[in-house]
Amino acid sequence: MARRTTSAQRAVGRNVLRKEGVAKVTGAAQYIDDIRFPGLLYGRTIRSTIPSGDITGIRFDFDTTGFTIVDYRDVPGRNIVALIDDDQPCLAERTVRHVAEPIVLLAHEDRERLLAADVHIEYAPSTPNYDAESSPRLFKTIAIDKGDLAAGFAAADRIVEGEYRVGHQEQLYIEPNGVVAVPEPDGGITVHGSMQCPYYVHRALTVLLGLPPDRVRVVQTETGGGFGGKEEYPSMIAGHAALLARKAKRPVKIVYDRVEDMLATTKRHPGVIRHRTGVARDGRLTAMDIDVVFDGGAYATLSAVVLSRGVIHASGPYRCDNVRVRGRAAMTNTPPNGAFRGFGAPQTQFAVEVHMDRIAEALGLDPVRVREVNALRPGDTTATGQRLGGDCSALEVLREAVTRTDFMRTWHGLQGARSSGHASRRGIGLSLFFHGSGFTGSGEVKLASKASLALTERGVRILVASTEIGQGTRTMHAQIVADTLGIPYDAVEVNAADTGEVPDSGPTVASRTCMVVGRILQRCAEEMRARLGRLTARQYLRRHGPLVITKEYERPTELSWDDNRYRGDAYGAYGWACDVVEVEIDPVTWQATPTAFTAVHEIGKAIHPMLAAGQIEGGTAQGIGYALFEEVVMRDGRMANSQLTNYIIPTTLDTPAIEVMMLENPYTHGPFGAKGVGEMPIDGPAPAVVNALRHAGFDVREIPATPEKIMRARRHPDAFHA
Amino acid sequence: MRFTLNGARRRLSVHPMKRLLDVLREDCALTGTKEGCGEGECGACTVLIDGAPVNSCLVPAAHVEGCGVTTIEGLGGRHPLQRAFVEYGGAQCGICTPGMIMAAVALGKGPTLDRIRVGLAGNLCRCTGYSAIYRSIQQH
Repeated sequence: MARRTTSAQRAVGRNVLRKEGVAKVTGAAQYIDDIRFPGLLYGRTIRSTIPSGDITGIRFDFDTTGFTIVDYRDVPGRNIVALIDDDQPCLAERTVRHVAEPIVLLAHEDRERLLAADVHIEYAPSTPNYDAESSPRLFKTIAIDKGDLAAGFAAADRIVEGEYRVGHQEQLYIEPNGVVAVPEPDGGITVHGSMQCPYYVHRALTVLLGLPPDRVRVVQTETGGGFGGKEEYPSMIAGHAALLARKAKRPVKIVYDRVEDMLATTKRHPGVIRHRTGVARDGRLTAMDIDVVFDGGAYATLSAVVLSRGVIHASGPYRCDNVRVRGRAAMTNTPPNGAFRGFGAPQTQFAVEVHMDRIAEALGLDPVRVREVNALRPGDTTATGQRLGGDCSALEVLREAVTRTDFMRTWHGLQGARSSGHASRRGIGLSLFFHGSGFTGSGEVKLASKASLALTERGVRILVASTEIGQGTRTMHAQIVADTLGIPYDAVEVNAADTGEVPDSGPTVASRTCMVVGRILQRCAEEMRARLGRLTARQYLRRHGPLVITKEYERPTELSWDDNRYRGDAYGAYGWACDVVEVEIDPVTWQATPTAFTAVHEIGKAIHPMLAAGQIEGGTAQGIGYALFEEVVMRDGRMANSQLTNYIIPTTLDTPAIEVMMLENPYTHGPFGAKGVGEMPIDGPAPAVVNALRHAGFDVREIPATPEKIMRARRHPDAFHA
Repeated sequence: MRFTLNGARRRLSVHPMKRLLDVLREDCALTGTKEGCGEGECGACTVLIDGAPVNSCLVPAAHVEGCGVTTIEGLGGRHPLQRAFVEYGGAQCGICTPGMIMAAVALGKGPTLDRIRVGLAGNLCRCTGYSAIYRSIQQH
């Protein structure tokens, strides 16, 4: 398909300077903990220390003079963190369902006194459940059915089965969660804070405080990373600060320290994924039967939608006429799991991609051949029956990655070394994957996101609730607007994500900020250009006065989705990618080290190639952490390693050189052809690494693949006999 | 305590065990130095003491008596590394950036990739995968 370009493109496709770049490198950028508020109190959250039970008493073993103390009885509205199911209290009333559940809030102007305050809570404990698979309480079940499963198995030459397990993962943004709530004279509240979705917080506060929407204002401050961890959780911490601030009638700041952030906030859902697959001798998939179980933790949060994306991606970027996927998200007595970059897809694509290598092995095929035979092509249908258009690039990314890395040569070379009797310390693996951009199914229609452009003396100002959290939202949106209007990039300003000033553009999640919100902005700019005609901004303002253009999301007419049957066009567009990694295993410590990494991503159009590559490099590194290092140890329902000392994320020394190759195959309804890019990079590294371990002689089916697991997974007792 | 902060002499009355990080942020109003973990693992609070990079969350105020402390503000926005971090994508969310730049300053001019990787091993970045940080340092 031809690339759509126009001669007017001056910013799009170029590495213009990041809007807030200078502020970030000089230390001038204002994160929540950097801002001074007069009369500020510090807030603290008293949390449950047991995983399950009833609260029988609360005792304050300190001099409470000067303290503001809040419990559930101080909630003026509904005591919930409003999201999907409204099952999670903002402050526990009688029952606690997990360790670190908030019960009482304290505020004081002296931090030392605040931290020294001793609150004693008595409980009548009940028996906790930590096993999602046997949990009778389900937050959500989803079924996907395509074709005739029995006929597919009947047509198979072989059946390959497997069970794959994935652990929790902590987002580990380097800036912990934090907010400041400021009570307003009119009884309203303003909350400033580190967050991805100001309007989620806004809605949660109106429900919790029982306030009309115009009395609640939420302002995003510079945000030091999110990765999904600041999608829904800020609604909780903002609620806490707001309750304290209203009672104290003074501003209240709550900024978590690292330990509290890791103990209490959401993580990636752990899961168990089972595959039973019918395959023909030539590698063709004839039937895929997939069972997905996600551990939702103690409350529903976003588990239903995480599961949705998980099951839709569970069969991978492959054509198969007969597919059955059964998914469920279950309750356990652990802190609630929630959004994390990839949102269910990294879990299920880990499983299917490791399973594909096991299918290849069972048939005596190589990992490339089995994927070439099955990769989705334009015109094929996905598991939900979505017919793919010309922007399907599964084969292209596979071939590009294989050629670029000379994959088969290394694969055969290392294989040869092993078959000659020497177990290998090295392996090479690949993964082929895809990721849907935007909300699933009818999600974007329900969101009905809006974006605005306001004419200024110098040019134009962007008004969106989409947040800059490091990925480059402000910069990329300004590029789209600049080129659509035909004005310089520097003439485009971006308003703060302040609900008092910007319309609700939906949450900054789901790889939608460029493709979906960027497209709405592009339509605003198209109309503004028409309205201006030959006038400059200044001339227009003098003659006609202020000009603000607002547009709402419009669903492309060809998309349709059936929520009840889970059939149809799950996403407007998909990105496609292939990762190749070489891994070395230390014969003494059993530690695996990735030594070279290649990531080939097709993302429609890279609006800002350097920012897009930054997403791929960063997501890949985070995926390597998921694959090898990042283990959340849960002991009695409590994270036992809630510190950076023993929860290990990749450092410079653990991260290999990452070669990034971006392919462009434009999506008709994306701005300048762009699809989403933020999440896809984290889907591929874990299966590629584990497939490389398999190639080196280690049958790993669970991540993180820590040295202990690798040692246990060796296929020959003399794995290093050489 | 007396010390030199970003080239200017300072005299402060603070608890000798107060963290240098808090002294900088609260008593000196220099909030460019960030706290990421408070236990010396993430490096977001890296500053230079007499030219050597340290985690300011682990340094008691008394320790810098008579020393020269340099923070991100001390670079004045004119250091070539600061420009390079903007131009080559070394800063994404920006929270690790001040510490990362201070650690990079301590590497001196023209460090090899191996030296950069070892020198920055105590500075965590969750956004970039480090590649763009290496490019920023090597091309400045």
